[in-house]
Amino acid sequence: MIHTLTPDLEREVERRSGQKARNCFQCGKCSTGCLFNFAMDILPHQVIKLVQYGQKERLLSSGTIWICASCETCTVRCPNEIEVARVIDTLRQMALEEGAVPADRKIPIFHKCFLGNIAATGRISEPVLMGSYKTLSGDLFSDIGLAVNMLAKGKIKLIPQMVKGRREVRRIFKEAAR
Amino acid sequence: MREFAYFPGCSQGSSAHEYGESAVAAAEALGIGLREIPDWSCCGASSGHMTNHLLSVALPARNLAIASEMGLDVAVVCAACYNRLRGAQRELLEDEGLASKVEGMLGKDPRFRGEVLHLLDIIFREVGLEELKERVSRPLKELKPVSYYGCLMARPRGLMTEDDYENPQRMDRLLEALGAEVRGWSYKTDCCGGSLSLTRTDIVVKLVNRLFEAAEEAGADCIVTACPMCLANLEMRQAEGTLSYKAPHQLPVFFFTELIALALGLDGARKWFPKHLIDPQPLLRGAGLL
Repeated sequence: MIHTLTPDLEREVERRSGQKARNCFQCGKCSTGCLFNFAMDILPHQVIKLVQYGQKERLLSSGTIWICASCETCTVRCPNEIEVARVIDTLRQMALEEGAVPADRKIPIFHKCFLGNIAATGRISEPVLMGSYKTLSGDLFSDIGLAVNMLAKGKIKLIPQMVKGRREVRRIFKEAAR
Repeated sequence: MREFAYFPGCSQGSSAHEYGESAVAAAEALGIGLREIPDWSCCGASSGHMTNHLLSVALPARNLAIASEMGLDVAVVCAACYNRLRGAQRELLEDEGLASKVEGMLGKDPRFRGEVLHLLDIIFREVGLEELKERVSRPLKELKPVSYYGCLMARPRGLMTEDDYENPQRMDRLLEALGAEVRGWSYKTDCCGGSLSLTRTDIVVKLVNRLFEAAEEAGADCIVTACPMCLANLEMRQAEGTLSYKAPHQLPVFFFTELIALALGLDGARKWFPKHLIDPQPLLRGAGLL
């Protein structure tokens, strides 16, 4: 139940994403075209409505903000030119900053491992990414057959590619974290 | 030969090395020079823009700054890198506050004023279909592909490309020029769920198998893509449909550059096909192409 309405969230999302959630008239086009709608707990048009209503906690703890793959079907189809996927990016960033408990814990862990890999070597190395993700998520045993198959096909390079300008890359991470 | 500053992207050095190699070979054969951006680094991909806005602009900006020094337009083959480099470029040129902040982080000017182009678009501009047709020595006559653009290539962050974002045509026209019998379908720009492949495999298996069913219904015998995540995801996750779908799909998936190389009769083409998780060699042999 929504008892109080506050414009704070709508303002913050607009400032950070540049998107005017207030322009939404709930046509639902974003949700009908969404390929991930079957797996979402809050549909994209409802996300925008809840932003208007200031329902921050519900949004930041939703599964939807992590399930959205940013395929941007919603973004290009919105009749009010709201980049819906960008609004969801902002909500994900807020969820991480505020330490909200994610409804789907593995997805933010994956992103953390992906970025950790770049911070360390400058480029993604699939064995490093898979190793860190499997360790942190505890999902140790899935896809082992697949990994063996990929190794046999020469699709996995065991030695990571290192960027010479790693210090520059690390500085980007350090300053972006502030 | 027109030269471009080439951003290979991480996948092209590992899981999609056949994409990187075939792209460079096909481009060279068509008179497009790809000069690798020295010491390029990862664009941050989906994980960057989903979790930290400043990072998602600054990581591509490092590469754009190096490309500026080269004085060339940028050529990209990976749909995700293309999406991120173009998106970051737009934000840096439109938002001076952001640009000066990123400039402070990099110690370099991040405002790239050239163009960021996908190799597919470069081939249309620099070569054109007529010339491409003339260069074909081994037409892909027996092949019935559907072209699969996926999400990132068709919709680069709300930036319109030179193609139609709901029903893009360029890959279809290119494959026709190579002699293939291209099939129409309405799933060209549907997302395959690549970024969730490891974390929510249950969702991805559904999306991938829906694509294969649709391709088969359209009468296709293979799928052609321009995205390394699409290819990896389509090849990796179709067999897992075995439990919930009637039969596992075994439709080969190609990079468009592999088929250009094959049709142009380039020597390297043969060595890429055995690397695929779904072996395309029986199909190619059956079509008299190997």
